Amino acid sequence: MADGKKKPNRPVPRVDEESRPFWEACARHELYVQKCRACGTVFYYPRAFCPENLSQDFEWLRCSGKGTVYTFTITRQNQSSGFRNKVPYVMAYVELEEGVRMLTNIVGCDPESVTIGMPVEVTFEDVTPDVSVPLFKPAS
Amino acid sequence: MSISRKAALAGVYEHPLRWAPHKTQYQIMAESARGALDDAGLSIKDVNGLFTSGVGGMGIIALAEHLNLNPDFLDSNSIGGSSFVSHTAHAAAAIAAGYCDVALILYGSKWSSDRFAVGTGGGGSGDPPEQFEGCYGPTTVGDYALAAQRHMYEFGTTSEQLAEIAVTTRKHASLNPHAKFRDLISVDDVLASREVSSPLHLLDCCMISDGGGALVVTSAERARDLRKKPVYLLSAAESCAHTSAGVRDITDAAAKQSGPKAMARAGVSQSDFDMAMIYDSFTITVCITLESLGFCQKGEGGSYVQNGRIGLGGELPINTDGGGLSSNHPGMRGIFLVIEAVKQLRGECGERQVKDCALAFCHGTGGTLGLRHSGASLVLGV
Ligand SMILES: [Zn+2]
Repeated sequence: MADGKKKPNRPVPRVDEESRPFWEACARHELYVQKCRACGTVFYYPRAFCPENLSQDFEWLRCSGKGTVYTFTITRQNQSSGFRNKVPYVMAYVELEEGVRMLTNIVGCDPESVTIGMPVEVTFEDVTPDVSVPLFKPAS
Repeated sequence: MSISRKAALAGVYEHPLRWAPHKTQYQIMAESARGALDDAGLSIKDVNGLFTSGVGGMGIIALAEHLNLNPDFLDSNSIGGSSFVSHTAHAAAAIAAGYCDVALILYGSKWSSDRFAVGTGGGGSGDPPEQFEGCYGPTTVGDYALAAQRHMYEFGTTSEQLAEIAVTTRKHASLNPHAKFRDLISVDDVLASREVSSPLHLLDCCMISDGGGALVVTSAERARDLRKKPVYLLSAAESCAHTSAGVRDITDAAAKQSGPKAMARAGVSQSDFDMAMIYDSFTITVCITLESLGFCQKGEGGSYVQNGRIGLGGELPINTDGGGLSSNHPGMRGIFLVIEAVKQLRGECGERQVKDCALAFCHGTGGTLGLRHSGASLVLGV
């Protein structure tokens, strides 16, 4: 690009008032989910309140980064920019050890080798200098 | 207050075109409106309730202007492909409440000729929850594929079983002169078609066409004096399903909430239905929806759809028009579920007519099974 900046190679998530702590942690390559102090519910994606009781008394829970593949798909066609040249890629829900599932990509392996139940661990991709997204790779 | 038998479908029209680059979206809607009003024996000046979706935030007002209508009731509820099933229920409720008397439900789209990549384009990444999705490359096909893969893992459902749905639907389309794809296909054809997003093949996916349609809903009393045999709305229910903060079972559909409710409200059960219109964005949509509606046990959808059970002459013929898989799918197809069910209940379906059809179920799914979606259920009868 004209200003010499690298174009992000995937859509950049918008960081907003509710999700800022989550994305700031991702930028440090740390994965967090939330836990309500009032009812104990662990939840993902990030919110400014507990989705069970709207309590604002929650804590940020540092994840182990380990989980298993809950389901996945090998995407072979996606016309949108950022993904047109990435196919085939694996989109998946990973069930974290903390009990919640998150949409992500499985990377660092042959897409054909991904299976449900496969142990995976988090890795981060720096999309911009300020924003990194959590991805998962086969557990070491 | 129950809305059962308070309102009736008095007119329906499915636009015959599947490719309409020479028409505008509003033109398709106006032609459909004229068709459905003619069917009912009413005129545009009788209309005092207007329903639509797919026209943008305030598009319904512009549509009213285009049709020179000043309706007493407007509803552009947009919950994806199921919107028009939902509109039918809302129209019946509005009529029962006295808010309007003749409701016109309209849809028109040129998603095919506009080359809109609805199935394999990307999602947004701004507002939550898209903030946590767009960066991972979700597509409509991929989102449904996530549900299919898990269903196969948990229940042993096979690609052959899902293919059976596409094969049966194509057989029905071969009997519908307006259907876009009418050449018979085999299970092997489905399996040999290219994989778009594993485990879904091209022939597991609905098409994208142009098209549109219209419904006229009015009070039961008024419908009895009109041109066609009234088809009564016996009950309805709506629902939605999403990630549930990270713990939803992806093999359940919103249909699980709305389907049994709609049946209970009508005082009927699964075995009472002569046919069903089940939104078939993908073969897996049909499999999971049939389970969620209780037509079979959870996990048994794959075996349920085999051996002709969902074909004409079977225990529960579904999508007798050829569905979104083979007849038409202009981005959203809820309106066609209702149109075909009404035609079956009137006995107007010719070669594809279900014998002695008296009770039909419609279920629309809007959005995606893998991320979030709406469900809209209707029980229709004569
Ligand atoms: Zn709580």
